[in-house]
Amino acid sequence: MPLIEAKDLSVSRGGRPVLRHVDLAVERGEIVTIVGPNGSGKSTLLQALIGALKPDEGRVTRVPGLRIGYVPQSLHIDATMPMPVGRFLRLPHAHDALSRTRAMSTVGLEPDVEAQQMTALSGGQFQRVLLARAILMEPDLLVLDEATRGLDQPGTAAFYKIVEEVRQALDCGVLMVSHDLHVVMSASDRVICLNGHVCCHGTPETVASAPEYRALFGFGTQGTLALYRHAHDHVHDDDHSHDPRGGCE
Amino acid sequence: MLDDFLVRGVLAGLGVALAAGPLGCFIVWRRMAYFGDATSHAALLGVALALALSVPVFASVLAVALLLAVAVSQLAARGFPVDTLLGVFAHGGLAIGLVVVALMGGVRVDLMAILLGDILAVTRSDLAVIWGGAVLVIALLAWRWSGLLTATLNADLAQASGIDPRREQLILTLALALVVAVALKVVGALLISAMLIVPAATVRPFATSPEWMAVLAALAGMASALAGLALSYQLDAPAGPTIVAVATGAFAVAAAAASRRD
Repeated sequence: MPLIEAKDLSVSRGGRPVLRHVDLAVERGEIVTIVGPNGSGKSTLLQALIGALKPDEGRVTRVPGLRIGYVPQSLHIDATMPMPVGRFLRLPHAHDALSRTRAMSTVGLEPDVEAQQMTALSGGQFQRVLLARAILMEPDLLVLDEATRGLDQPGTAAFYKIVEEVRQALDCGVLMVSHDLHVVMSASDRVICLNGHVCCHGTPETVASAPEYRALFGFGTQGTLALYRHAHDHVHDDDHSHDPRGGCE
Repeated sequence: MLDDFLVRGVLAGLGVALAAGPLGCFIVWRRMAYFGDATSHAALLGVALALALSVPVFASVLAVALLLAVAVSQLAARGFPVDTLLGVFAHGGLAIGLVVVALMGGVRVDLMAILLGDILAVTRSDLAVIWGGAVLVIALLAWRWSGLLTATLNADLAQASGIDPRREQLILTLALALVVAVALKVVGALLISAMLIVPAATVRPFATSPEWMAVLAALAGMASALAGLALSYQLDAPAGPTIVAVATGAFAVAAAAASRRD
């Protein structure tokens, strides 16, 4: 039984359909990455999965008692709120100092960072603290929404290496939205290409064997644009059936 | 001891400040200052309705404050900008309340007491209501503290941890309505939100954690209430505005001290 499963999920926002008939499931121990152009409904899909949005159609089924560790796309801490790292790690549940230190060292932060204010952290440190908090919840499912936004390439690579280690250590499922396509290829078990509906899915190899993706190799950072162009260019047919093995159409 | 009107006034001021300080932190963190304003201004409408319908003032103010919160959130969900809604309700509530009070010609109403408070006229039963309400607000905040903090930080983060941010918002709204209802007699409808916001803003530069900020805000509010009452007695000035004036003075000193330290 998958940790979390969305069946025939449709969500609209402000009267505009954002997601149409999306199917998705994450098993324990696998890393699933959602890619797609801006406005393709990636964040909406995550919000529907964590229960922050009610779907118009379809449903989300979770394993009973599923613990979700969520790392949001961005977290704005109001300047009026004092929030030291150590306190943030204990939201909403208390954790003892030893497990906090362990979680901090897992994400590569020194224990003394706990005394610093969240607003004083660098971008990389901030994202690591968000991840440490998610780990402390001992999640069955780790949900990362563009968690490396604003990080440079080495920082991004280091961040996803940590995610991989956490998956090993906790044997949790990982569902992430990412713009970093090299990470999609190296660290994911499955890739889902979203553009309002699931237009392409499968193992990274399946996706990589698509001509559009081949064109992507060797173009460096322009490859990102190439994949998005593929997602934009073709005419979507809502009623088409998906090849169970996946693939890009 | 409770026979002395000054002692009752001091106890009333301390009770209001104790509850308003920690709640005020959430008002500041969530940028709900105008929400506090609208709720407290609409309290005048609650008083007017209580007089018209011969129901207890406390219950009537509480009901109006909660109705306002529901109306604002319903209309906001339909796309009205929240600050516009709050402006409409704050002044609409105040205006309609004033009209209703004026129309009740037969009843003698001390309008100034409603608008500016009448802390020295606090009775024993008022004191019981004020402290009962204050303890209830503190208990509510303490009970839901972790959920309230998480929901204040980020709604999705709360949702993923199994906390419903809408429920936490409702609890804050309820606490706000309670504070408005108990503070009406002490500082008056016009100045209640000052008791919420000013102490929290004053202690912010010195607080290193949310819990500290809540405790310091309660202490700062209580100190302002004490000093303000003493000063108003000396100057023979109205107590509510003097308390708020002292609190504002403390804010200015704290802000100056904080900018000098940086």
